[in-house]
Amino acid sequence: MSSSAFFSLLPLILISVALLALMMIIAFKRNAGLSFQVSQLGLAITFVSLFIIANNLPQQATPLLLIDSYSVFFMGLILLTAMLLLPLCHDYWSSHDQLIDEFYLLYLIAILGALVLVSSSHFASFFLGLELLTLPLIVMVGYPFSNAYTASLESAIKYLILSAAASATLLFGMALIYSQLGSLSFMPLSEAFSNTPGAQPVLIKAGAMLVIIGVAFKLSLVPFHLWAPDVYQGAPLPATAFLATISKGAVFALLLRYYLAGEIFLTDSLVWSIAVIAVASMLAGNLLALFQESLKRLLAYSSIAHFGYLLVALLAISQSMGSAIAIEAVSYYLVAYLLSTLAAFAVLMRLPRLQDGTDTPLTTDLKGLFWSHPVLAVIMSAAMLSLAGIPLTVGFVGKFYIFAAAVRESLWGVLMIAVLGTAIGLFYYLRVILMMTLRESAIGSESATGDKPQRTQTGKFALLAVAFLILLLGVYPAPLIDLIRDMSLSIF
Amino acid sequence: MLSAMILLLLIAGALAWYQGNRNPNLSRWIAVGALGLLLLFMLPLLPQALSSSLQAPLLTPLQPDVKMSLASSWLAFEHYNWIPRFGISLLLALDGLSLLLVILTLVLGLVAVAASWNEITEQVGFFYFNLLWSLAGVLGVFMALDLFLFFFFWEVMLIPMYFLIGIWGYENRHYAAIKFFIFTQASSLLMLLSILALAYLHEQQHGVYSFSYFDLLGSGDQASYGFWIMLGFFIAFVVKLPAFPVHTWLPDAHTQAPTGGSIILAGVLLKTGAYGLIRFLIPLFPDSLEYFGPYAMTIGVIGILYAAILAFAQTDLKRLIAYTSISHMGFVLLGVYAWNSLSLQGAAMQMLTHGLSAAALFMIAGSIQHRIHTRNLDEMGGFWVSVPKIGCITLFFAMASLGMPGLGNFVGEFLILIGTFQVNVPMTLIATLGLVAAAIYSLSIIQKAFHGPLVLVEGLIDFDRREMVTMGVMIVGLVWMGLFPQPLLNTLSPVFDQLQAWVSFANTGSELQAAIPHSLQPELQTGLQAELTQASPQTTTGIGRLP
Repeated sequence: MSSSAFFSLLPLILISVALLALMMIIAFKRNAGLSFQVSQLGLAITFVSLFIIANNLPQQATPLLLIDSYSVFFMGLILLTAMLLLPLCHDYWSSHDQLIDEFYLLYLIAILGALVLVSSSHFASFFLGLELLTLPLIVMVGYPFSNAYTASLESAIKYLILSAAASATLLFGMALIYSQLGSLSFMPLSEAFSNTPGAQPVLIKAGAMLVIIGVAFKLSLVPFHLWAPDVYQGAPLPATAFLATISKGAVFALLLRYYLAGEIFLTDSLVWSIAVIAVASMLAGNLLALFQESLKRLLAYSSIAHFGYLLVALLAISQSMGSAIAIEAVSYYLVAYLLSTLAAFAVLMRLPRLQDGTDTPLTTDLKGLFWSHPVLAVIMSAAMLSLAGIPLTVGFVGKFYIFAAAVRESLWGVLMIAVLGTAIGLFYYLRVILMMTLRESAIGSESATGDKPQRTQTGKFALLAVAFLILLLGVYPAPLIDLIRDMSLSIF
Repeated sequence: MLSAMILLLLIAGALAWYQGNRNPNLSRWIAVGALGLLLLFMLPLLPQALSSSLQAPLLTPLQPDVKMSLASSWLAFEHYNWIPRFGISLLLALDGLSLLLVILTLVLGLVAVAASWNEITEQVGFFYFNLLWSLAGVLGVFMALDLFLFFFFWEVMLIPMYFLIGIWGYENRHYAAIKFFIFTQASSLLMLLSILALAYLHEQQHGVYSFSYFDLLGSGDQASYGFWIMLGFFIAFVVKLPAFPVHTWLPDAHTQAPTGGSIILAGVLLKTGAYGLIRFLIPLFPDSLEYFGPYAMTIGVIGILYAAILAFAQTDLKRLIAYTSISHMGFVLLGVYAWNSLSLQGAAMQMLTHGLSAAALFMIAGSIQHRIHTRNLDEMGGFWVSVPKIGCITLFFAMASLGMPGLGNFVGEFLILIGTFQVNVPMTLIATLGLVAAAIYSLSIIQKAFHGPLVLVEGLIDFDRREMVTMGVMIVGLVWMGLFPQPLLNTLSPVFDQLQAWVSFANTGSELQAAIPHSLQPELQTGLQAELTQASPQTTTGIGRLP
């Protein structure tokens, strides 16, 4: 490995150093504030290092990792989301009597996994990154909070078993592909698909399909979505937020890379099955979200629908030169989804403690939020409107991008489903907003929490930053579009 | 200047919200001040629009070298890059039609503020924030000439209106607000797909995306699936209008909205649908006039009669007025698709006069409800004795609504019917029946609420000075438009002549010289045209400059 290739691994090395430093610090002194600061500093330094390596791309660092502008962009996105989410987690845990140093450790390990995932070009690093992301996440999902251990433990076990099933599917798919091609890199896959049109070995197709199914499990796409609402519901809010944003975002970035590098789009049967998954996710996600009372479950179903929309952009990738706009659409939509979902969870995390001591707020718990906590309510409204794809928010530009990509490929059928899904989605997003405008209030003022430990306020800035980004990128998207366009042009 | 105007409203809205909690009165005055200021900016443009020096805007593709000359041919013109990746720009322009609708918007905005002065007492700041932001969206819709920007503003006006209905509405407000939003939003998503399809077609032919009105003009006809693209626009516009099969959101939204919301909804928001048909749909798809016109006119005629009959059957005062709006908007749809000078001018007049008369009727209904806490006509009666001012003014606007000669609405409906008569006689005959029905439902308001034995109701007091002034302004407006519509028609006619010349040019595909007589001669021969509009010579020269 050349020195420049090694140098391009700097972000991964830096985050590992931060991780080890944090582990040592915890061993000597348990202090939540200190651990938080070390983690945040580690994330920030890693983020800065992306700019340093950005001048010397692309680099194939070992056969496993491909550091190009694509992976740098998604690393940046993940690190940025992580830096915004971490202070919110810190605030959240500070109001619980709980040792939380390990949470930061797990958080950093999972981020490392996500970074490996978005830069992998090989099934081995793909699997390594995925497990590195998933295993800490299982512990985070099961992290005990307040007195309700049972709910989070149940979620953790559910997530563990289903993740294991997904990993097994994934491994089986990889094994099938390896048995036919003798290589674990994504690239030979594309040769196998493109060189022998019509007569592809059925085992390769089956292997590729099994890999897609494994990924669909992680993304909770229909029909592999059954775990999502339950896990969302039981996990503590910081873990749910991590699961919904960083984990899913990184996995989708990987799916896009796999789809492009393996040239999956040349195989009709695989494209058709993805189309079916997309349509089912958009319809089932939106329809089931209509019936949810719990906000966590509502966001779970809404995320199912959103990944359905993202698959529509994936379908717009074809042999023609149209793939650039599809990559842009996926990237922009992922940014929009991450920001909006993060804002929604951030508001939930900053809500005053609920009466029943759990952290599974119902839609009715938001009653009167507009009048008791106007800032939180406005940010929640922005998040909901952004998820619904209404102008002035980043979600609209994302949806516009996806529609533009799909119109280009004349995917009228799935587009109609997407429009239908969006129209259904409006109903439940708007219901949340309407609930907040009701005149009677369900949540007391902050002071009512009384003898509980006072929560810290570091997340306030993060919350406002997320809201600002949602509006800014909705009104003036040109800089981000240029950035993404440069990225997507340079990987071809 | 145009973007600064929209920005001013947005900033004023934010200020009003910020001040609302401490000093509700201040936020009311902020709203009045912002709207009044804009009105002062706009009114001087009116004589400019009438002056002979003004050339009608050129409908040519937006080339860099002609951009400057183009800028001078509009009353106001602005062009900045916004999202270069998709060729989206901040393209705002003002011509006679836009100007009149913008002025209507601002006047009705002031009326809405006045109507809400005492009615809205909770969360005053947020109310005016929503009101001003909704109006800013409407102004944007009337000025935008970039299809993406148009869609953007189209949505911006919806969300605040949703809040207005959902928060300050009456007993069934959540149902009404969600229904309103889903109808309009789902239909506008179809429009978004259509806009994207047009932009994509442009990209296929020229290699770059463009959402500019000038680049896309007439491009819809070249698409193989042009009909479907057109349908996306059509559905979005007729839902907003609203026309017959997709009108059901309107009675609910109107009935539940607070008075200020109803005024904006009936007076301004409905007009955006008609404006979209005139400005965007038909110029983008000139062929559609041929193959779709008869169907659209049929929908319009059905709407006129169906809504009129339903209006007569209502016992809820606001619901009744809502159905009359649907009926009147049917005339607009009819006039737009008849597509000749008379019918178009009639449609525009109808939009302006209906804006005033419907807003006034909603304000009356709102003030009655504010006083006696019911909208049920069965619980009213004999009010003329106790509140003569309200009665008198209601009678005036009922007369306006039924199309009494001398008031603005008559001019609009009459022009539409004459224009339609030249195109389709049976439709015109059926539509005329709507005028009869209008007389019945308008008079039934007067009869049920103000005549008959006096029903004693607590708290019924007459209009105060603020309300009388507001009503007075609208009365003067309607009488002026009824007795002396010529200046307005002169302002409008260059715009319509341009659009018509473009459409017939696109349809015949022949040289323009052949197109002009085709579009202008039938009207010039009509005696009434000479009386009412006197097609001015400068419009002809304006058309002559078309390529």
